[in-house]
Amino acid sequence: MIDFTNVVTITRKELRDALRNRWFIVFTIAFAGIALALSAFMQPNNSALRVASYSRTAASLVNLVLLFVPLIGLTLGAANLAGDRETGALAYLLAQPVSRVEVLLGKYLGLAGALLATLTLGFGVAGVTLALQGSVQDAASYLFTVTLAYLLALAMLSLGFLMSTIAQKTTAALGGALFLWLFLVFIGDLGIMGTAISTQMPIQTVFFIAAANPLQMFKLASILTMQANLEVLGPAGLYATDQFGGLLLPMLLLGLVVWIVLPLVASITIFARQEKFVFKGA
Amino acid sequence: MIIAKNLTKRYGKHTALDNLSFTIEAGEAVALWGANGAGKTTTLRCLLGIQGFEGELTISGINVSRNAKAARAAIGYVPQETVFYDMTVMETLFFYARLKKTELQRANTVLEQVQLEAHHIKRVNMLSGGMKQRLALAIALLADPPVLVLDEPTANLDVKAQRDFIHTVQLLNQAGKTIVFSSHRLDEVIALGSRVLVLAEGKLTLECPPQELAHKLGLHRWLRIWVAAQHKDTTLRILHEQGYATMPNGRSVYVQVTSDGKIAPLRSLESASIPVEDFDLIDGEIMLKETDHD
Repeated sequence: MIDFTNVVTITRKELRDALRNRWFIVFTIAFAGIALALSAFMQPNNSALRVASYSRTAASLVNLVLLFVPLIGLTLGAANLAGDRETGALAYLLAQPVSRVEVLLGKYLGLAGALLATLTLGFGVAGVTLALQGSVQDAASYLFTVTLAYLLALAMLSLGFLMSTIAQKTTAALGGALFLWLFLVFIGDLGIMGTAISTQMPIQTVFFIAAANPLQMFKLASILTMQANLEVLGPAGLYATDQFGGLLLPMLLLGLVVWIVLPLVASITIFARQEKFVFKGA
Repeated sequence: MIIAKNLTKRYGKHTALDNLSFTIEAGEAVALWGANGAGKTTTLRCLLGIQGFEGELTISGINVSRNAKAARAAIGYVPQETVFYDMTVMETLFFYARLKKTELQRANTVLEQVQLEAHHIKRVNMLSGGMKQRLALAIALLADPPVLVLDEPTANLDVKAQRDFIHTVQLLNQAGKTIVFSSHRLDEVIALGSRVLVLAEGKLTLECPPQELAHKLGLHRWLRIWVAAQHKDTTLRILHEQGYATMPNGRSVYVQVTSDGKIAPLRSLESASIPVEDFDLIDGEIMLKETDHD
């Protein structure tokens, strides 16, 4: 039985800790600054060009999210539980009348709140700038992209927590998180492309492997939101549009939700059974 | 109050607790004694229900393996070294008070109990080691639990902080709290405990009053005496001539003493007009560790 007052207590503490974290503050300022710069400088003065330009700005914001959000989500999650374990704070917290599920959920929700606040600030600043420049008609599309960024951030945080649960030391958890970030952002894409070319992999296989990456799910869903089809992605995009049509977007959304839930459930399951591992020096 | 029956804990092939059984009555102060790895901390973790075990364990009628969270609500816990989050003393107390479902006003009461009320707005990382342990004790007392579990709570404290801490715990025991604590310090066990459970390799090997522990285990106690550098050699010679086992260590001299002969070496030095700057009484195991480190 989960006591949600305990979850809320831990969530509030984690939220406050995250908002005091210098690295997190630097990230927030950097993200908001770059988002503002993209929205301010990529919009032309000529109003006839604004509609096409909105898509260009939104695509830049999507690329910004693809680079920044996984990094902060993964590292924030990876450092949290492992850090507390290493200092001994976790063992002390677990000696209180709280369950492990409450502790992990509280920590996750606190960091999720901080992460979503950062994204809201960054996208908010960029959104206001876009609106002031006359792109109000694209508000729905913009808000949907923001929602997708939220889902991606939560998925990355879940994966970070999974790293944190299974790694014994903070350095190992952070190393794993950075490797995963590198894999998802760069190596995964290049690897799939390289393998597809060298093995002449069928186009549907290429699509499914690529789409299993939560970053690709976010990217595909964002492009769909902006353009209504994936022609820009070439044969794989055309295949996906033809094959799934209107179902593709809900499928991608569901995929992102699965990437949030599965690692989080795995973290909770592993953490609830961990014994010796939880205690410093044990 | 606390009943353990055939408590067994295995880490892979290693058996940390081996069919350990004991009963602790309400209001007792029971010490767990044993070398590192004897099973003291594992026993305390089982009491807290933060690790699984075989056997039966009940605290105030609560089955720990079935309802660990409720068992923890009946316990106040002080670890060897408490790691707090980056908050002020009062924020820390409020955080744990919420988890313990206690009124926030209790924070003031427990701060007074451990004499930390003057430090309530300080950040926790500004507190000394002794103050941090007193804060941990304050947190343990927040929900006014019937049982206090202390895991070598004075291990990292200086002599004065140790005495203050033990005195506070003594008062709590006198007020009716059941205390279960582990310690390496014989003086602490004698000062606080009403009974000692001696553990070795996860088994209960001896159960006795604290006063009998040194005798039954053949433990020696050592007097650590600080004298000025120019008197150190003379001190060693005088004590050696009087048949004491001695050992120099930095600015101090260790002298092996019996339980009823602690004052004699000090009197000998006084007769020889050697001013003693300070002294401390420690048990043999600790002395060996300290000299090893030095």
